Amino acid sequence: MAQDVKPRVRVPKTASAGESVVIKTLISHRMESGQRKDSDGNLIPRSIINRFTVEFNGQNVIDVDLAPAISTNPYFEFEAIVPEAGDMKFTWYDDDGSVYEDVQSIAVA
Amino acid sequence: MKTAPIRVITTFSAGLAILAGAAAADPDADLVINDEIQIITRAEAPAHLEGALPEIRSGWTFRTRETQALQMDDFENPGFSAAEMAIEAWETAEGSAGKSCADCHGTVEEGMKGVRAVYPKWVESAGEVRTIEMQINDCRTNRMGAEEWKYIGADMVNMTALIASVSRGLPVNVAIDGPAREMWEKGKEIYYTRFGQLDLSCANCHEENYDNYIRADHLSMGMSNGFPTYRLKNTRLNALHDRFKGCIRDTRGVPFDVGSPEFVALELYVASRGNGLSVEGPSVRN
Repeated sequence: MAQDVKPRVRVPKTASAGESVVIKTLISHRMESGQRKDSDGNLIPRSIINRFTVEFNGQNVIDVDLAPAISTNPYFEFEAIVPEAGDMKFTWYDDDGSVYEDVQSIAVA
Repeated sequence: MKTAPIRVITTFSAGLAILAGAAAADPDADLVINDEIQIITRAEAPAHLEGALPEIRSGWTFRTRETQALQMDDFENPGFSAAEMAIEAWETAEGSAGKSCADCHGTVEEGMKGVRAVYPKWVESAGEVRTIEMQINDCRTNRMGAEEWKYIGADMVNMTALIASVSRGLPVNVAIDGPAREMWEKGKEIYYTRFGQLDLSCANCHEENYDNYIRADHLSMGMSNGFPTYRLKNTRLNALHDRFKGCIRDTRGVPFDVGSPEFVALELYVASRGNGLSVEGPSVRN
């Protein structure tokens, strides 16, 4: 597992049905591009988050492919319509096979 | 007393202020973090300043709106993800005693609330004025049997940021009387002493020329209430002694060592100038 990886998510706790809410996500990650060399001239192997998905009650909300040029600690902010109360599940896929998950519940007021 | 080089800076500042106008600071803005923590960014100058400053202002009031906004939400504040890294260290047992910070102090909120506001302070059992960093290393070596952290290393600055974060909103209130007085006097002397080839004291910039520009830099009052500070220029948390070092280097002088008695004295004195402002660390500056 890459070092110091920590997902963070900001989701409103409540929303009204059909309302569009702002969701912010950030994962601490080095996002090593695979292009850099260390002091001995050897290539530092690529190690990035390559995919990020969000599901709401099992239904896909967004699905993002990440490329090596994306900088350290990738941050995503998007809007989503909340049709009903439920769980929003965030998943980040690491090059090394690790999968980081976070789940946030949204209540409908 | 102003010297010739300072006057040059003052003259230039008028032109530069116009250039910076687009994103200029809003000095009257209110700082509320996460819509709940009220931060005092302007306060009456402490009595010991004897009128040297008309009021005291947090460095936050000198920054651009964009930079100010970063500090108003922990999610946007990059210093916060670093501070959160320290939560793991707080709970992890280390050293020969097999103890973690949490074993003695409980949660950070329970054990550390208010600490940042009163440090550096005289510690009777040690017979000296200590900074939070010195206390952390004392805990690590004497209570935990672990290795010291580097004074301005990432582990240390993340931990001090975490400790500061639970005191946010509380007014800085370091004691300058009693046994701490001697260190305070020493710090005051350093504050007003000119260093380096450029022959500048802390006061030349931060007392006589705050709100002016020194080339592209908008000078603040040099308050320490926001430390550790996430700086956009080096994209990491910066410890106060790191900043002191940078300032003395900028005068082309040879800085004191981080953690040295000189810098501890200066930290105490600078903190006392900000008595009344809220703790903001980890803050965001440029």
